[in-house]
Amino acid sequence: MDNNKNWIDQRFPLTKVWNEHLAEYYTPRNFNFWYFFGSLAILVLVMQIVTGIFLTMHFKPDAANAFASVEYIMRDVDWGWLIRYLHSTGASAFFVVIYLHMYRGLLYGSYKAPRELIWILGMVLYIALMAEAFMGYVLPWGQMSYWGAQVIISLFGSVPVIGPDLLIWILGDYAVGDPALNRFFSLHVIALPLILVILVFLHIVALHTVGSNNPDGVEIKKNKDANGIPKDGIPFHPYYSVKDIVGVVVFLMIFSAIVFFSPAMNGYFLEHANFVEANPLKTPDHIAPLWYLTPFYSVLRAIPPLFGSQFPGVVGMFAALLILIALPWLDRSKVKSIRYRSMPYKIALAIFVVSFIILGYLGMQPVTPVNAFLARVFTIAYFGFFILMPWFTSIGKTKPVPERTTEH
Amino acid sequence: MKKILNTTLAALAAMTISFNASASAGSVHLDSANTDISDQGSLQNGAKLFMNYCSGCHSISFMRYNRIGKDLNISDADVEKNLMFNGEKIGDNVVSSLSDAGAVNWFGTTPPDLSLVSRSKGVDWIYTYLHGFYKDESRIFGVNNHVLENASMPDVLWKLKQERSTEEFDQDVRDITNFLDYVGEPAKLVRVDLGYKVLGFLFILFVLSYLLKKEYWKDVKYGKWRAKD
Repeated sequence: MDNNKNWIDQRFPLTKVWNEHLAEYYTPRNFNFWYFFGSLAILVLVMQIVTGIFLTMHFKPDAANAFASVEYIMRDVDWGWLIRYLHSTGASAFFVVIYLHMYRGLLYGSYKAPRELIWILGMVLYIALMAEAFMGYVLPWGQMSYWGAQVIISLFGSVPVIGPDLLIWILGDYAVGDPALNRFFSLHVIALPLILVILVFLHIVALHTVGSNNPDGVEIKKNKDANGIPKDGIPFHPYYSVKDIVGVVVFLMIFSAIVFFSPAMNGYFLEHANFVEANPLKTPDHIAPLWYLTPFYSVLRAIPPLFGSQFPGVVGMFAALLILIALPWLDRSKVKSIRYRSMPYKIALAIFVVSFIILGYLGMQPVTPVNAFLARVFTIAYFGFFILMPWFTSIGKTKPVPERTTEH
Repeated sequence: MKKILNTTLAALAAMTISFNASASAGSVHLDSANTDISDQGSLQNGAKLFMNYCSGCHSISFMRYNRIGKDLNISDADVEKNLMFNGEKIGDNVVSSLSDAGAVNWFGTTPPDLSLVSRSKGVDWIYTYLHGFYKDESRIFGVNNHVLENASMPDVLWKLKQERSTEEFDQDVRDITNFLDYVGEPAKLVRVDLGYKVLGFLFILFVLSYLLKKEYWKDVKYGKWRAKD
């Protein structure tokens, strides 16, 4: 074994990589519940790729056959139903995990210096993931696939001057149809997964260069022992690898309960209307994207048209996403962790979380005058969190941050 | 305490009902179908009734005859004798022999394929719809339906309704609904049982992985990695 290792090490830095990223990657000892979601995100990514490979073997990216081929997978392919449910539930689970992972960043100020690049890479990942999920949802070619795509893609048509041509270029047709389905399949199966995997790699390389933040927001590298090992650090492997396994098993229990007992999640993970084949002549009464896109869909609908153009709404929707990238520079607070933050920050964060959830809820509902008004109020609250952040992070009294991580 | 619990349950029930209603049929009240997919007798009766009363016009084209036989424990010979009327082969999909042109001519529209109706509309919708016919001379078939106003479908179960007692007819409607629930997702017959096994396995794995973690983390709590200064 050792001989083999030497043979490889002379040709490839296997031991070095193993040590740098696992056995001698020193991780803060005080990780809590919120630190499970990074490894869980990798688990879900791998699961989506593996189940996706098997789905691709049986799926037909053809407007005439796509819907039936999904039902063929559900009925005639051995274990096809399980593979499909793992994939469809995996999409929603991916967003649950990613939202909690991002919220962890907000809670403990993980985006602040020196981790700005990790945050930016993460945000690009998040946007790529949304594109991946959106295109995946078009593939089963149900009514919601079709009309959801129609609504979202038509947004590009609202771009001034080039809009109409841009729309035709994206769709390869005048409406969503076979060419769109075919190219979304290509993007969903090759382009975006490739981008996602590369970005995940970069995200982790950046993380392992600066080291992980922790619930106290203390830099463990400031306190090293004689051997140069952070006093509050423990090797990732075996300590966090065994701990993450527990997280993985608990996650799989919840995940399996959904896959086996309620795979459609009452219409939240697989919409009822999507069990009707796409019909370009029959617009459904109510078109709603899946839950993970609805906060931004709400922002889109909340912003009124200008000179008859929906473009301001589109700009607002993308701004709501892109403004997250500026977070490291909007936050002026000297402390990272919520444990030592000032009261104004805590209140602002609470308002932000509530706004995001309510926008998400409103995005699933039909537009009524009351809903439209609420969507506007919470859109303002959403943007207010970012625009006012330089102000509310510089006022109020923060608590003193300890030198070392604290024990619980 | 009990009061709080009751109120919570009532609120949850109300939410579920309102969700089901809004998900499928707008403002129409839907009765609970109360079907049980593990009741094989009900599924077999539902299959028989569906093939006799519905399949003349409605396809369930994602379903194969021999798959129904296999899942509902009916032999191929019995399927051929009792459920197949048009000289199909046992592995064929269940497709109605009504032509599209004929359908449009007689009903003004093609009867929808019912393979996935339980998934798009829900079982409560099917159950209430089948019960929902009332006399309306202004309609071409003399009946209308309060779940789907102005449906172009005749009340095909009227004869059954006359022959059977109220309870028997209600059970028949429930059996057809149950069968369509199965048709919407044949995997439903196996996935719940499998789910319990998977969760059982994961629970054991959870105990073991938790103990493993605890063993390793002794180093962090009391041993090698405990800060001494």
